[in-house]
Amino acid sequence: MIADILKETFWSLSANKVRSGLTILGIVIGIASVITMVSIGQGAQASIASSIESIGSNLIIVRPGAQRTGGVSSGAGSNTTLTMDDSNAIKAEIQNVQAIAPEDSRRAQVTAKGTNTNTQIVGTVPDYATVRSIAMDSGTFITDQAVKSSAKVAVLGATARDDLFGASSNPIGQIIRIRNVDFDVIGVTVAKGGSGFTNPDDSIYVPITSAQHFITGDTFVSTISVAAVDQASMVAVQNQISDLLLKRHGISDPLQADFSLVNQADIIATASSITGTFTILLSSIAGISLLVGGIGIMNMMLTTVTERTREIGLRKAVGIKKIYINMQFLAEAVALTFLGGAAGVALGWGASILVTKFVSSLTTQVSMSSVLLAFGVSAGVGIVFGFYPARRAANLSPMEALRYE
Amino acid sequence: MIKCKGLKKIYVNGDVETAALKGVSFDIEKGEFVAIIGPSGSGKSTLMHILGALDTPSEGEYFLDGQEVSKLKDDELSELRKNKIGFVFQAFNLLPRTTVLRNVMLPLLYTETTVKEREERAKECLRYAGMEESKFYNLSNQLSGGQMQRVAIARSLINNPAIILADEPTGNLDTKTSHIVMEAFLELNKKGHTIVLITHEPEIAQFANRIITIRDGVLESDIKK
Repeated sequence: MIADILKETFWSLSANKVRSGLTILGIVIGIASVITMVSIGQGAQASIASSIESIGSNLIIVRPGAQRTGGVSSGAGSNTTLTMDDSNAIKAEIQNVQAIAPEDSRRAQVTAKGTNTNTQIVGTVPDYATVRSIAMDSGTFITDQAVKSSAKVAVLGATARDDLFGASSNPIGQIIRIRNVDFDVIGVTVAKGGSGFTNPDDSIYVPITSAQHFITGDTFVSTISVAAVDQASMVAVQNQISDLLLKRHGISDPLQADFSLVNQADIIATASSITGTFTILLSSIAGISLLVGGIGIMNMMLTTVTERTREIGLRKAVGIKKIYINMQFLAEAVALTFLGGAAGVALGWGASILVTKFVSSLTTQVSMSSVLLAFGVSAGVGIVFGFYPARRAANLSPMEALRYE
Repeated sequence: MIKCKGLKKIYVNGDVETAALKGVSFDIEKGEFVAIIGPSGSGKSTLMHILGALDTPSEGEYFLDGQEVSKLKDDELSELRKNKIGFVFQAFNLLPRTTVLRNVMLPLLYTETTVKEREERAKECLRYAGMEESKFYNLSNQLSGGQMQRVAIARSLINNPAIILADEPTGNLDTKTSHIVMEAFLELNKKGHTIVLITHEPEIAQFANRIITIRDGVLESDIKK
């Protein structure tokens, strides 16, 4: 009996290759589009999250100048309100600070043997590597000794290295010229990928003292990056920094502060509200694809099975019982949806791998739940709408079914 | 063989009741070749559906081979059709894009027979119905009308039925092919098969040895040759 049903299913599907093929195609496209769409969405979310994490963890950034809050905000954005002393005071007086890195940055034209580039020159201290999660590809980062002696040494970001010396070259020991001052290259950082706000790969790091002497010519710092020891202490550390700096700058009203504090949690909160919107967008696209795919499958199944009402009538007329007719059509619907489902999963998976391969900034993630959802909905729709009209036809009297137009 | 007593069939469509059969009684003996003839709307198709266990009468009794058919349920009717009745339809009703052999084997699906037995019986029936051996593996839609009807006849024979019911079997065929198909029925009848033929063409009815005429749902005449 079962062998008969399987054989009938096989013959019936293979005798109508175009019809079976089109039905399977509808299922394949429905499933593949949902899986690809969701994998791109999740990949995008993950890449946004990892960019934010690459800035550094538990990070609080102190910037000079108040954000405009209405009224007169003297010195807003003037860039000259924070000093090395502020940084040293934070380091000395505030607890739960794991590392602190003042930074004096300026864009400048940099030349090396016959090449040049315009890049961010970051004057900073050794702790900057800790605070901003910078890892070395080769050589060393700036040392305390270099900061004390205002050494003319430079560490290149991966992109800056590529621009000046060519991709994957080893520039250690070479000389670069920044504002007519020669610096020895002592290290190259590992590429981190763009973090959106400033690109850590397209930067050149020098000791902060050297930057102040030779490049910016002032004693101010453009930002102070503070890493708290853990997530829990961030709020306390941020408040203490604020209080300390207000006191040091002689400001009583926090609204008039001549500096601003941004912590990474704020950035993550903003970003996650963006990715949340993004998720809603992608889920609606996936949902609509699923709906359209489902309706396509439904139409295909309804028309093909309804077309076969006469065949069902004939089967009944020659004495085949309803249950066998039902079982055969159920088996056909299952076979079609599973064949199409498997192909659709494979295609969707393949497509998301291709996206990863050709869109370098995006690593797609195929999620099991999207596979199950897409497969489940298409299989459900396919089976219901493959089986239901067949069942209805098998319940007709054979003569009615045979006369069906 | 067949015993009909006061068969009535009333179709209800909304409030309108239409009586297609208004009490028809007759008997058919084993080995007879009966033509049921009548104009369209006479009730002959309804009678044929009841005789073929495709439908049940609203009133009256119908015995086939000693079994009361009129009270059977859907699946029991299927069982009866499978074991006792062979159908030949006007529109042939073969499965398209399917081989001749598989078409003939269709009624044997889901029965306790091996594939080998099925194929042997199908080939036997095809030869019996006068089908050329070379066409056994052709697809049904590659055949001529006459060949299709032979395949349908072979299919009707496969369960060795008590009666063969032919519903306008020549309706889609030209005169020459019609005669060839009718000769095939005559041949089957000579071999002992009981055949009931439904037609509206008096010329075709002449092949039978008994002609029952139906008009307006009642039996008008019953002439044995």
